[in-house]
Amino acid sequence: MSELSRRGFLGRLVAAALLPIQGPAQQGGAPLAGSGDVGALRDPAAAGRPRAPTEIADYDERIKAIEHRLACSCGCTLDIFTCRTTDFTCTYSPQLHREVVELDRAGKSAQEILDAFVAKYGEKALMAPKPEGFNLWGYLLPGSAILVAGGALVALISRRRIAVAGTASTDQPPLALDQSDEREPAASPASAEEMERLRRALAEVED
Amino acid sequence: MTLLGQFSLWVALLLCLWSAMIAFSGRWQGRPDLSSSIRGSVYATFGALAVAMLALWKGLAAHDFNIEYVAAYTSRNLPSGYILSALWAGQKGSLLFWAVVLSLFAALAQLLTSRRHAALMPYVAGVTSAVTAFFVCTMIFSANPFERMAFTPADGRGLNPQLQNPGMMIHPPMLYLGYISLTIPFAFAIAALLSRSLDAGWIHAIRKWSLVSWLFLSIGITLGMWWAYVELGWGGYWAWDPVENASLLPWLTMTAFLHSVMIQEKRGMLKRWNLGLIIGTFLLSIFGTFITRSGVIASVHSFTQSSVGYFFLAFLSVCAILSFTLLYTRWPSLKADVQLESVVSREAAFLFNNLLLVGVAFSVLWGTLFPILSELVRGSKITVGPPFFNRVNVPLGLLLLGLTGIGPLIAWRKASPANLRRQFVWPVTSGAVTFLVLLAAGVRDFYALMALGLAGFVAGTILQEFYRGTRARRRMHGESVPVALGRLVARNRRRYGGYLVHAGVLIYFVAFSGMAFKREIEATLKPGESATLASPFGHTYTLTHVGISQFEALNRIVSAATISVSKDGRSLGLMTSEKRQHVDSFRRPTFEPSTEVGIRSDLQEDLYITFAGAVGGTEEAVYRFTINPLVWWVWFGGFVLALGGLVTMWPGGGAVVPAPRRGQPGYQATLAASGATVE
Repeated sequence: MSELSRRGFLGRLVAAALLPIQGPAQQGGAPLAGSGDVGALRDPAAAGRPRAPTEIADYDERIKAIEHRLACSCGCTLDIFTCRTTDFTCTYSPQLHREVVELDRAGKSAQEILDAFVAKYGEKALMAPKPEGFNLWGYLLPGSAILVAGGALVALISRRRIAVAGTASTDQPPLALDQSDEREPAASPASAEEMERLRRALAEVED
Repeated sequence: MTLLGQFSLWVALLLCLWSAMIAFSGRWQGRPDLSSSIRGSVYATFGALAVAMLALWKGLAAHDFNIEYVAAYTSRNLPSGYILSALWAGQKGSLLFWAVVLSLFAALAQLLTSRRHAALMPYVAGVTSAVTAFFVCTMIFSANPFERMAFTPADGRGLNPQLQNPGMMIHPPMLYLGYISLTIPFAFAIAALLSRSLDAGWIHAIRKWSLVSWLFLSIGITLGMWWAYVELGWGGYWAWDPVENASLLPWLTMTAFLHSVMIQEKRGMLKRWNLGLIIGTFLLSIFGTFITRSGVIASVHSFTQSSVGYFFLAFLSVCAILSFTLLYTRWPSLKADVQLESVVSREAAFLFNNLLLVGVAFSVLWGTLFPILSELVRGSKITVGPPFFNRVNVPLGLLLLGLTGIGPLIAWRKASPANLRRQFVWPVTSGAVTFLVLLAAGVRDFYALMALGLAGFVAGTILQEFYRGTRARRRMHGESVPVALGRLVARNRRRYGGYLVHAGVLIYFVAFSGMAFKREIEATLKPGESATLASPFGHTYTLTHVGISQFEALNRIVSAATISVSKDGRSLGLMTSEKRQHVDSFRRPTFEPSTEVGIRSDLQEDLYITFAGAVGGTEEAVYRFTINPLVWWVWFGGFVLALGGLVTMWPGGGAVVPAPRRGQPGYQATLAASGATVE
């Protein structure tokens, strides 16, 4: 019988301590279908809803682009792709995703898929309303209002400028060095030395 | 404690009604005793509401689950920090928090406002008391936080997992502080209108308050973006959700006011516009609260639908009618001292800036309400999501960014062509070079190119302003560069603080443009398997699934999925993303499992990992991997913005005086002694 070293003893102690921990994971019985050599979770329910393995269609750029334009109907205000890849408790978005994939596999174009969703769920299925009819108000009013207001502003200022030009007086009050736009105008005349320094500073600034 | 809380609410209501009644009836005029009684009532209201808040906190801390609010938002095993923040986690508690902070601000306004504005103060007290009375009434008659139940549950439901985040301990209070402090400028505006003190006095009285409101709103919005990014798990920080929009609306109009008020201070113009902006900003803050609390528009952030929405709608309508009627009656007294003389002037640039800011606010409001309007007009429901808002608002935002760079370059009153050439040459060159470099680097996204090019232009403007100012100080005073720069900012805090704010805004835009280059994939991985993800910056991440471990924490069962990350073959370490099943003290599940993302952030990009779930109860995991470019700069932009705001509002730095009659940007002068004009 060989002598047991301190290191060997500690190693066996750790191994013995680890055994019960590894036990339950290995006691899962027969390997789960499709799980290969992966271990089973102790409490699967705590890890959220069970997921199916990702398929190519789940992250296909074309499908994603379509799903970004379609709203999830669970009330989350997100699009289908964002909802199904964010709110993993939602039962609506995975179903809607499957519908998109089925329509895609049936050879429908992106627009046809969008139209099919609108036909089935109404216009609210789109993340943004079609820019037509009454919806044009939604798209065009803010920009138009700004343009009209901006145009009116320019016209108003131009008209006033003409009026001011007609009555403008030529006398200008003296100003101070206005470095901050917030300083008091100078009240007292500057000395010759100060004037020279000011001239130099201004000449430098205006290079 | 609930009895004390209820009693305090009633006392606060009576005090508010007393001070509002006396203030608006005008009986305080010539009666110093009544005037001081109004002020005393404001202080006492704060005291009474503070007692009510402490009573609710006591109930939360003591786990008094007989109180409906305590049972609905806490549990015995909730971490203590979140017991504190549970005060504003629900409808009723947040109304109490609102009322307490409002009464505190009202008291501070009375305490800190200069005696020069003594004639305004009773009216200010009247307005703040009326608004406080509304919130207290809403609590007493519709959403009482001290409501008791017929039975006492053994444990509470606990706090929504998404609110169990450090961000939620500070984001809502910051946003509330912003919303609530808007009442003070509004109160001064109404006081000025009521007392017919329509000179610049009220503007000076609210300067700090308007900056404080804007600063809190800015910080609150940025923290809200951060919370959404780290907690909601969708890989973005702004989704144009109605509640997000509601927080943006008063920020936009207050930003417009902070610009237009300068024109009133310097030129005596835009008096009506400024009053309208302050009134509008306050109404938008109430509108935002109405949206959040009424459930009239679907939002992921909304409180539970309740009858308080009707209270807010009625209050909003009454405030709007009374305020604008009052403004209308004072319209003739609010004529501008001088007229705008040129489209090419700083005043005009500020006007266009205001037009765009208010236009963007209108656009956001329009988009938020358009689903309701569509249903009313056409009878059909529509969804107005990010694609709509991006299409309408991104061009407006870019115009606004451009004006951020143009405004500081144009002279007051009228700019000459020579002046324009001198001022614009470097910023335009900076913008053009940025644009061309990005184009040569292969950037083809139109909006990103425009945003980054304009950011280059704005950066040129800001740097030029700092450079010229510092150089002038060096020439004038012979100072070293750091000293000259420090003194330049210290002596002109408002101006250079403003430029810092502009720098923050430009950093925001640069960061936002990064999202155009977002990359994401989904992958199902067994332990040891890897997925690769290419970054828009050219490198590749290899993401290897290590396994899923499960353990119990204080109030949750955690399933942590671990990923080993390497970048172009160089190991970066481990990242985890978790599923959390929250439980009460009896280990009963309280909410659906929530997701905690894993984020690795650097100056270029964020690697964002989301554990979507396990396959068949095994360690095989479904992940979403996302690369979000430039996100770190969003938070840095928020920091610079807040820093600029702090510099701007820091006491001292020179008084604000009317602008000179004739001026050019930069360092222009008419030499008083010689009579010669140098431009």
